[in-house]
Order: sequence, then structure tokens, then C-alpha cells
Amino acid sequence: MTEQHPFSARHIGTDAAAKARMLETVGYGSLSDLMAAAVPSAIQFDRSLSDSLVPPAATEREAVDELRALAGRNRVSTSYLGLGYYDTITPAVIKRNVLENPSWYTAYTPYQPEISQGRLEALINFQTMVADLTGLATANASMLDESTAAVEGMLLARRASKSASHRFIVDADAFPQTKALLRSRAEALGIEIVETALDAVDHPAHPAADAFGVFVQYPGASGRVWNPADVIEIVHQAGGIAVVGADLLALTLLTSPGELGADVAIGTSQRFGVPMGFGGPHAGYLAVRAGLERQLPGRLVGVSVDAAGHPAYRLSLQAREQHIRREKATSNICTAQVLLAVMAGMYAVYHGPDGLRAIAAEVNRVARSLAGQLAAAGYEVVHADFFDTLQVRVPGRARGLAEHAHGQGILLRVEDDDTIGIAVDETTGDAELLALARVFDAAATEVPAVEPATSIPAGLLRTSEYLTHPVFNTHRSETSMMRYLKRLADHDYALDRGMIPLGSCTMKLNAASEMEAVTWREFASIHPFAPKSDVEGYLELIRQLERWLADVTGYDSVSLQPNAGSQGELAGLLAIRGYHRSRGDLERTVCLIPSSAHGTNAASAVLAGMKVVVVACDDLGNVDLGDLRAKIEQHADDLAALMITYPSTHGVYEHEVTEICRLVHEAGGQVYVDGANLNALLGYARFGDFGGDVSHLNLHKTFCIPHGGGGPGVGPVAAKAHLAPFLPGHMFAQDAEHLQVDGTSVVHGGGSVSAAPYGSPSILPISWAYVRMMGLQGLADATASAVLAANYVAARLAPHYPVLYTGENGLVAHECILDLRAITAESGVSVDDVAKRLIDYGFHAPTMSFPVPGTLMVEPTESEDLVEIDRFIDAMILIKAEIDAVAAGEWPAEDNPLRNAPHTAQAAIEGEWTHPYDRARAVYPVHSLVRGKYWPPVRRIDQAYGDRNLVCACPPPEAFE
Amino acid sequence: MTDQNALRYTAEHEWVLVEGSIATVGITAYAAAQLGDIVYLDLPAAGTAVAGGTVVGEIESTKSVGELFAPVDGTVVEKNTAVEDAPELVNSDPLGAGWLLKVEFTELPELLTLEQYNALIGE
Repeated sequence: MTEQHPFSARHIGTDAAAKARMLETVGYGSLSDLMAAAVPSAIQFDRSLSDSLVPPAATEREAVDELRALAGRNRVSTSYLGLGYYDTITPAVIKRNVLENPSWYTAYTPYQPEISQGRLEALINFQTMVADLTGLATANASMLDESTAAVEGMLLARRASKSASHRFIVDADAFPQTKALLRSRAEALGIEIVETALDAVDHPAHPAADAFGVFVQYPGASGRVWNPADVIEIVHQAGGIAVVGADLLALTLLTSPGELGADVAIGTSQRFGVPMGFGGPHAGYLAVRAGLERQLPGRLVGVSVDAAGHPAYRLSLQAREQHIRREKATSNICTAQVLLAVMAGMYAVYHGPDGLRAIAAEVNRVARSLAGQLAAAGYEVVHADFFDTLQVRVPGRARGLAEHAHGQGILLRVEDDDTIGIAVDETTGDAELLALARVFDAAATEVPAVEPATSIPAGLLRTSEYLTHPVFNTHRSETSMMRYLKRLADHDYALDRGMIPLGSCTMKLNAASEMEAVTWREFASIHPFAPKSDVEGYLELIRQLERWLADVTGYDSVSLQPNAGSQGELAGLLAIRGYHRSRGDLERTVCLIPSSAHGTNAASAVLAGMKVVVVACDDLGNVDLGDLRAKIEQHADDLAALMITYPSTHGVYEHEVTEICRLVHEAGGQVYVDGANLNALLGYARFGDFGGDVSHLNLHKTFCIPHGGGGPGVGPVAAKAHLAPFLPGHMFAQDAEHLQVDGTSVVHGGGSVSAAPYGSPSILPISWAYVRMMGLQGLADATASAVLAANYVAARLAPHYPVLYTGENGLVAHECILDLRAITAESGVSVDDVAKRLIDYGFHAPTMSFPVPGTLMVEPTESEDLVEIDRFIDAMILIKAEIDAVAAGEWPAEDNPLRNAPHTAQAAIEGEWTHPYDRARAVYPVHSLVRGKYWPPVRRIDQAYGDRNLVCACPPPEAFE
Repeated sequence: MTDQNALRYTAEHEWVLVEGSIATVGITAYAAAQLGDIVYLDLPAAGTAVAGGTVVGEIESTKSVGELFAPVDGTVVEKNTAVEDAPELVNSDPLGAGWLLKVEFTELPELLTLEQYNALIGE
């Protein structure tokens, strides 16, 4: 049976018969002929399967069994380690209907808002929740994690501050991993970090009086709750910005940062029902006071109106993102953590303000009870004011106690030899309390425990309301919650409905077997700083995946720490920076970036302390060798790196790539190869072989981690041996050594780029399973199938739409660009019109206007079958006929099925039909839609209205009446 | 209708109307069309000293964020609060109601004529 259905035949949508038909259309006799013609021979690598570290393909069942065995080598201890990671109860209704539901996890980033209203509403719930709890005006749609959110807060402070100072003051009682990240990121940007006990110094000698900003942890890492209003006032007087890292659950009881005067609040929503997962993924958050909205990094959901004047959600202020602003962007962050933000927001929807307050009160009661017992047993509980975390003095015994506790399956945090930290959470009940007390020999004490009645200073008790919007006060029953989640999911178009042919996004199958392990307790319920002996299974999985990824890309070592592609870029560039500096080449800071590159490249380079110099591209989007030579010569002394995407952002296999790499190396530079388009190369060529020194890979593109509706992503960075020592390390890494491809070990010694040592490990089993079930041959087959699919689309659509950019032999790589510019000039029909009309035909649009304005970029991937690919092609051909009708004057330019798209049911049914085409053409342009149609809930959304009238919180229900 | 010939222009696609020691500044119709729907303006407050050729503000559209350059050395005497409230004015009447700043200057740099500017944008 298993032989009949190897996993690769499930993953790859086209079978042999389909491929034969497609090859005929493309004009090649076999897949190998096609690939030989498409991929430049100079870079094709001689694949010998036996040499590869990737084992032969396992069946789905075998792979899941192996994951079970790896999971069995993890040990789920009860964690009291805290530091921003807490055990939590994921409501089963959310786990089943969101986390395990492909309608949520296979959706793309909501760039097409008309078909994304469900998750946009879920995200605006999240934004409203964060804004309410932090007491600030506007929250974004999530950040990668708490520590990177703190870095973004620091960068925002520098942009918005009136102070000329380069100093940023950091609370000594901040989480250690956050302090480390702030330090390493600040160093590359010339920001001076001053760490200090914030409450210990009086004004005017306070260091905050000469700084562009200050970061306060509230409550502190030690658990202490104190009022930072005075420090905030001091930094304000100096023209600086106050950033507060706050615990959302604590904020249900504590005065909000906004009420204390904070300009910015950051943190994580992990404990709102998202499992720890050994570090992630979780949704970080960032909120700002009124006046700083336009400084927000990342994604921001706002409310606008559709063509009928009805309220509709959309992404706001996109013009500020890095894909447009490049090196002037507010941040290099593109991805949010949408799936996890949806979960956290829904946790608040399900529990409501009273439920959350009750959870927080119980957590606090448990902490007070523990404090009482420990005090009664003679322990010094250092701070009397706390929410959920106690600092306990145990002179000389901290390590011994923690070891003893670990033996009992309990994790305590060793702050130093004399101090233990204990953070309780919503899963800590009386039985857990008793076990904890026993560890401290405090359970059997004869002195009755005196539980402090309160541990929150009266001045910091929250009095303001939050989560008053009806959405947080309606769905208390599971039935109601299930139906709300279903209703929202039904608004959206995800891979479970049909093809999402987004160029450069690789929307391939996220197989059910790959997803299997994500929610297993042995992967989900592990604290990122758990001791090594608890995570042997994880470390083995990580070790294997690191080496497989290095092997298939031609590198020596991989770090899985970056939790998005942008962060992988940053980590790679920081490794280059570290390498040059280690050799005394301090002046090598220029990063050459081709004009056709994705804007994130430039934004990342700036954050790595580099200066961007643009290299021209020729008409085909290839690097202009003449200009490259000139720029290299011009920067002979300060060249740090070239960033190049391969195949190019135009989806073409550039033939000069080997020569390009050689020129850069000759000049002392390093070559960064952006792995965004790896799906056109895997199994056929390796970045490391043709000259790459370092790359980031997108596990959420090439290696099947679902896009989650706009995150999570995982962006590992892969490097040659000479750069490996500069890959991101982490102060809490369970294993500093990383096994390289050749069997030797290397310590990744660079600064961290994520809050957790291995980034977002709970989703790594997805990519592990994909590689394990495909084998090298399967990965190569997937590549060839993806290239065939793109060339088939290009060949069939070329008579209707000009295909922009092809490589040698007239072939494209894994995606093709349809050039609508001449069509638009002639007919007035824009790429927007075509994209929105595709919705009426039951499709998600291809990528619009990237990398070339006025074009559509189509990437079918290997997972789509021929029936679906043909359905798409046929839709595009029918749309072309509609465009022709507009051009011929049959329909007016301002009133035709394209301009009015997408058509809602309401638009087709209500009122008098006045358009020059009939209702059936509007909503059933092909007959098969009658039996199964995706109905968009809103008409075309007015982008300008939303940006002019910025509203980023839940609108009142009356708005929808 | 503003007489385009009476205005002077910069390579940064701004127009300048000189009346005595006051220069009224806006962006050209070409620039407004290129930017598309303008949604937000960040303009320097009255009293701000500006240096010619430097970035003093931002013009944000749904497509991109453009920079506003000061065409002259001087001091801002007034900003157009009407366009801050209704940025679409810059699209609908860039040379009139969509003006952005009034700057008091001491010396006028060399600026482009309409003919020179049109040559620059290829018209």
C-alpha cells in the first residue's frame, strides 16, 4: 500500500499523465529535458542521493512514528520559569477550530482584504484587546515575539523622540533575553544601551534624563510590581519616549501603561491560550499612544468602507512598510504572527473581561498563597508587591534546590546562587502548590500560612474598564464560540477552498501529517529555557533539520532561531558584519542590492548597520554586470556584501550568477543569497555551490509551514563554515554547539535575533516531516513539478497576456509575470480590476504589482493539480475576453464586471440592476460556480478612505446595520 | 485657475509662488498624480526654521510615502491646516487649495521655469 502512495505523490498535485500533457504544451519531451533547459548547466549540481544527509523518503505513518519517538525524548516538567513564558489552557474550541483548522492556518497575509474579512476581524479583536489592556490608542496586528517587540519599541522611540541622545535606558529588572536582544541589536545601530535599576536613582541624576527612550518591564522579571510613572515623567521631560514591557494578564488587575504615561507598550500574548512550544510561535504585541500611529512597525488592521459604503476591514498604512519604503522603512518586519494573534484574541473573546480578571485574580491568589507558605516556613520572599512571580532568597542553595525540584518534575528559575524565581500561571492549582511547597519543605510547617490579602499596591490597582466591546461579551457558550469562529472562517479564502497562486509566496500544501505533531503535549508544553535533559527530543529534531537544510542548500551550518524571513536576513547580514569586524575590516559596511530586490533586503541591511548601494538591473530584471563592476570598484575598500535573490525576484534563472558571486568575492565582499525562491532550485542546485556565503530560507514557503493567515514564519539562516561562528547564539541555548554538515561542531556566537534560542520550535516538526517524507528525490520532483506548472501557465496564457521576463530557452522558473501594462493603457482595466474579478471566479489573486508595477506574478507551486491549474488559466482567459469587451467599448470603462468586482450576493440581489451586463455574469461567470461558490462578504474596499480616517479598533455593532 | 507660468519649480516636483519675501510651496500636479490618493501630510509647524534642499515633511499616499523638501532657506510662517484635515485637496487642486507651506525667505535660490520643469518630466 505504502509503495502505491508515497507521500510525494500526495504532496505533488500533478501525476504522470497530467505532466505529460503539460510538457506537451510547454514543448518538452520529459521533465528532465525541461529542467536541463531551464536551470543553467553551470549551477546544476550532480545529485548523488547516497551522499546526501537527507534520508530516503519515509511514509507518512513512519514519519509520524519517528516524531512520536522524538516527542517521547522530551520531558514535560511543570514550569515556574516565567520570563514571559507561562503554561496556559488553550480552550479546546479554539484549538480545534483555529489552530487545527486549515481554514485559518492555510490562509495568506490579508493583502486582498475583500476575501480576508474573517481574519481581519479576528485581528482587529486582537488589536482592540491589546489597546484596551495597555490603555493605549492603537495596537498593531502582532509582533514576532516579546523581545523583538522591545527592539521595535526602541527603534520607534529613536524615530519619534525629540532628544538628540543616542542612549536608551534599559530596566535592570527586564527579562534577560530581552536585555540581550536590545544590546545586540543596538550595537549595530550605534545606540548606547545603559542598564540601570530604574527606581534607584533620583532626578535629576537619573540616566533617563539624557536618553531618547527608556524601557521598563512591568511587572519586572523579579516579579516586583512598582510604579514607573516618575521615570516616565523624567524621560518625557528630556524629550524621550517611554516603552513599557507589560504582561497582558497582569494588566487586567494593574493600572495600564497608558494611564501611567507610557508612549509605547510591548509584550507577548502567549499566555492567552497559546502553548509555550519551547519558545514559539506566539504573538508579540506593540501598542502606541495617539500621535504615534504612523510610527508603528509591522501590520496594522483598520476599518474602511467598501463600494457600497459598508464598513470593511483592511491593512492600513501599507505605504510605510518595507516593500515600498525599502531602506527608509520603519522596520524590516513584514510578517506578523496572525494565527497566534487570532488565538490570543479569541481567548479574550471567549473569556471576556470578567473571565480574564478572574483568571488573573486566581493566579495572583495562588502566588499570594505560595508567598504565605514560604514566609511561614522561614523563607524571605523578597518583594511584597507582585502579580504572579515571587523572588525567594535561599542563600547558597538556589542551584541545589532547582536541581532537587527538577527531580520532582518542577522547573524553578535560578537567578543567582542565592535567589530562586517562581512564576505561577493559570494551570497552577492546589495540587501544584502542594508539590511546590514540598520542594521547599514548606508544606508540613506547623505555623499556619498567613496569606497576604493583597500583593498589588493600592495606587496601581486597575480602575479603568477594558474589553467593553460586545464581541468580548457575547460568546460565552461553546456553541456560540464555535459558530463565531466558523462564521469568520467562512468569510475567508484559504487553501482549503482553492489555489492561491501568489508569486514569491509559494502557497503549497501544508499536509495534515506534517501538522500532526504541533499540538502534542511533548512539543507544545515546554518552556524555552527548560533544562537540556527535558528537551533531548527537540534538540535531536533541530539537529537533524539543521543538517538537512544545510545539506540541500550547500552550506555548512544552520540556525533555526530567526522567526521570520526578515529576521533570517538580518541574522545573515549581522553574521557578515561580525565576520568582517573579526578580521579588523571595520569599514566594510556597504551592502549592494539590485534594484529588483524585495524591499525587505534594504530594510534589513540598514538594521544590520549597513549602507545600501543600489545596483542597476537590465530590462530582464537581471543584475547589470557593468554597473555591478562599477559599484564594486567604487566601494573597493568598504564593500561588505551583495544581496541577491536566486532565481531572481522576476522568477528567472540568471545565467551570470556564478560570475556575479566571483566578482564580489574578489573584492573582499560576502554574498548573501535570498532564499525566497528556493522552491525553484531545491534538489537541482545549491546556493552554497554557486557562490553564496549565507542565505535565509523560508520554511513557510519552501518547507510547508502554513502561512497562518500572515504568520507564523520561520526564516532559518544557513552559512558557510567561515560565517558559522557569527550566526545567532542565545544566552539560554540548551546546546551552544551545532553539528555541521561535515560532522564537526561549531558554536554560534553572534547576538540573538529572537527571544527564544530556537525561535519557534513547535512548528519545526512540520518542515522536519516534509523533508523526511519527501527525501531528496521527492524534493527534486517537487521542484521540477513547480517549474513545469509555472511554465505551463506561462505557455497557455502567453497568447492572452504578455509574459514578462523569461530566461534562456524562453522558460521561466517557478513563477511567471503577466504584463498588464499595455492592456491597462488600452482598456483602462487595471491589475486591481483583474485581481478582484478573480474573486468572482473563485480564486485568490496572484501577487499584484511586485516586482513590477502593473503586473501579476503567478506561482502555481507543485501542489496544485492540473484540474485546478486549468480552472485558473480558463478564468484568466475569460477575464481577458471581458477586458477586450471593455476595450472594444461594449461596456463602459467605469461600469463593467471588472471594475465592479468583486460582486457580493447583496449587490446582485438587492435593488434595481442597472449595469450593462447581467446578474449571472456578475456572480456566476462560469456555470460550475452555481454548485459551489465563494461569496465575498464585502465589495471592493476603498483604500484611501481607511488611511485618511484611521480606525484600528473594533467598530461599534451599529456600524454594520 | 493658478497661472502655472507665474510659478517656479524644483526638481523635487514642488512649485513655489513668490510674493515679496513669502514663498508659498506645494507639490506639482505631476507629483500628485504619481503619488496617487494622498492620505496624510506631515508638515512643519509655523516658526520652524528650514534649510533649502532638506526634508521637512512627508506626503503619504496609499502607494508610497514621499518626502517634502524645503525649496528655500527660511522660516515657516504658515502651514495649510486644511490639507492636513483633508489630504485629498492636494490631489484635487495641487496648485491652489492644496498648497502646503508659506515660508519667509531672505534669498531666493535658482528655480526652474514651467518650461524647464516640463522638460524635466518629459512633457
